[in-house]
Amino acid sequence: MDSRQKEIENLKDYKYGFSTDIENIRAPKGLSEEVIKFISKIKKEPEWMLNFRLKAFERFKLLKEPNWQKPKYPKIDYQDLYYYSAPKSMKDKPKSLDELDPKLLETYKKLGIPLQEQARLNGIAVDAVFDSVSVATTFKEELTKQGIIFCSMSEAIQKHPELVKKYLGTVIPTTDHFFATLNSAVFTDGSFVYIPEGVKCPMELSTYFRINASETGQFERTLIIADKGSYVSYLEGCTAPMRDENQLHAANVELIALDDAEIKYSTVQNWYPGDKDGKGGIYNFVTKRGLCKGKNSKISWTQVETGSAITWKYPSCILKGDNSVGEFYSIAITNNHQKADTGTKMIHLGKNTKSKIISKGISAGQSDMMYRGLVDISSKADNSRNFTQCDSLLMGNKCGAHTIPYIKNKNLKSNIEHEATTSKISDEQLYYCNQRGLNQEEAVSLIVNGFCKEVLQQLPMEFAVEAQKLVGISLEGSVG
Amino acid sequence: MLSIENLKAKIDEKEILKGLNLNIKPGEVHAIMGPNGSGKSTLSNILSGKKGYEVNGNIKFEGENLLELETEERAHKGIFLAFQYPLEIPGVNTNTFLKTSINAIKKARGEKELDAIEFLKLIKQKSSELKFDQAILNRQLNVGFSGGEKKKNEILQMSILNPKLSILDETDSGLDIDALRIVSEGVNSLRNKDNSFLIITHYQRLLDYIKPDFVHVLKNGQIIKSGNFELAKELEKVGYENFN
Repeated sequence: MDSRQKEIENLKDYKYGFSTDIENIRAPKGLSEEVIKFISKIKKEPEWMLNFRLKAFERFKLLKEPNWQKPKYPKIDYQDLYYYSAPKSMKDKPKSLDELDPKLLETYKKLGIPLQEQARLNGIAVDAVFDSVSVATTFKEELTKQGIIFCSMSEAIQKHPELVKKYLGTVIPTTDHFFATLNSAVFTDGSFVYIPEGVKCPMELSTYFRINASETGQFERTLIIADKGSYVSYLEGCTAPMRDENQLHAANVELIALDDAEIKYSTVQNWYPGDKDGKGGIYNFVTKRGLCKGKNSKISWTQVETGSAITWKYPSCILKGDNSVGEFYSIAITNNHQKADTGTKMIHLGKNTKSKIISKGISAGQSDMMYRGLVDISSKADNSRNFTQCDSLLMGNKCGAHTIPYIKNKNLKSNIEHEATTSKISDEQLYYCNQRGLNQEEAVSLIVNGFCKEVLQQLPMEFAVEAQKLVGISLEGSVG
Repeated sequence: MLSIENLKAKIDEKEILKGLNLNIKPGEVHAIMGPNGSGKSTLSNILSGKKGYEVNGNIKFEGENLLELETEERAHKGIFLAFQYPLEIPGVNTNTFLKTSINAIKKARGEKELDAIEFLKLIKQKSSELKFDQAILNRQLNVGFSGGEKKKNEILQMSILNPKLSILDETDSGLDIDALRIVSEGVNSLRNKDNSFLIITHYQRLLDYIKPDFVHVLKNGQIIKSGNFELAKELEKVGYENFN
């Protein structure tokens, strides 16, 4: 019995009169205190967790949906959504890989994702126990030996309440903005990582390796804590495609680095971008924030954003500890009708804090790309520095690229540098590559990968290869 | 190997080539000389498949209709153009570009692609044969290269891809005497009974180093005279204007 079926079995016993149809277990439509209690109950959460959610919900009722972003979208009816929908009816799901969109399979093939992984990504129950399960267990043992906690958020709430209680909501408070607050009220699951003092995590932690990872919902919540002198590299792969209509994905990710600790967080996001005419696709409205709480701490974000109909996110660093370092490396690609409004915020609070922003935006088709970033150096952050490099690459003449840097320097001893370029792939460059035997797609892929190199180099090896291929695939059909 | 019959080409309604004929056999080196605006670069662009021209006439390359092939397909068949102005591609390592190029061609021909070690071995051998500094290969393609370095890089690419027909579009322009000699030696080392060359130039100077089998004078979109190396010397003496 797989975990999903188990969950269904468990829910059969649920007494509160909500729908318990075996094929379709959902909270009632809409957002209410009752729904939040339902979610909390199903997840067997302690009272403090429920209170956290309810507090967020109270706040949420007062908040207005923001509207300052560049990509506009039709109004979302928040009472028309399901906030908890455990296993959808198995009838709706493809039962075997043969039923899947062949184009999707083609993409997987190009990415080199093994068949079993493909099955898992699509939520197809695979009867045979596949390798990754045992692999994951082996990893888990090794991690446990070093005191590293790596589990789902739900599990952490049960097993490590003291850590969750201490840190959850300290970087993204329940009173934060509209989507983050919504997440605090209704989040379903996500990852939890704790690295104890002085421990260098011996392997890249990845959602790929974590069992049950594929079951996380649209309101994902992740919390990573690196205790003093520790190090962790965390990879988040969102190569899971979704074929639904426009769907809201509002995740919260909080990172906390204590004294001398370092967190490296890498994302390759390839949610369903909608079709060629801009129909469907994910609204990826995610709040990611890292707190360099201790001195000499470091948080580094690397993101490769190729999917989603609309990407609206600013992975940020609050540099509170003296000498702390924040980095943001980003590749964002929009094609067809995709839109992105993405960048970062670097908030310098401590002395001698440094931040670096390298952003590479590529727009093709009729898409629109916006880099929006804030560098804020407070009056107490003496001798702090920021360097920002924003490059945009345009393909064709129907797309757009915009750069809006917000720069606030309240400290005379600190300085901020900003460089920006916009370029276009020229026909001459393509001709040169063609003459050397490369076809259009290969030529574009080569040029674009060159453009993104500084960011791709930041990714862990196994991810870099996938990302590089993804960059090529995302832009397929955008020239010629 | 290559036969061009009554080639006419227009760009933006302007006729540039007006009925050009040329035959190149395996192993031959042909030089095309002509004044500015005579259509020399247009000819090399059309042979290599640059888009934007309205082309009439026949071009056969090893029996195939060249005009029906895409730019990259012509490269796969063994046509190489050494660019007059090689393009810069920021962020792309010269080594990476070369490896991508040779493997794209090998793949198209159904040959086994080179792995990293085989490639490095090949490139090491070729650059030492051509006395080229290998440091250049770790730099971004043509970015910040001097004029001479760019041209040397073209010749290195040519030697690695080992094309059947190499077209050199004013490779001598912008080269100092030493660079000119090195580039010429590079070309000469690639000459053999199978490989053919089409050398496009303004000056006789390059032809002192690369001895052509045939020299053609291109003027107003047509080849007005063909001959041997002596023709180049004559041309240098009287100039293009008075040459008829």
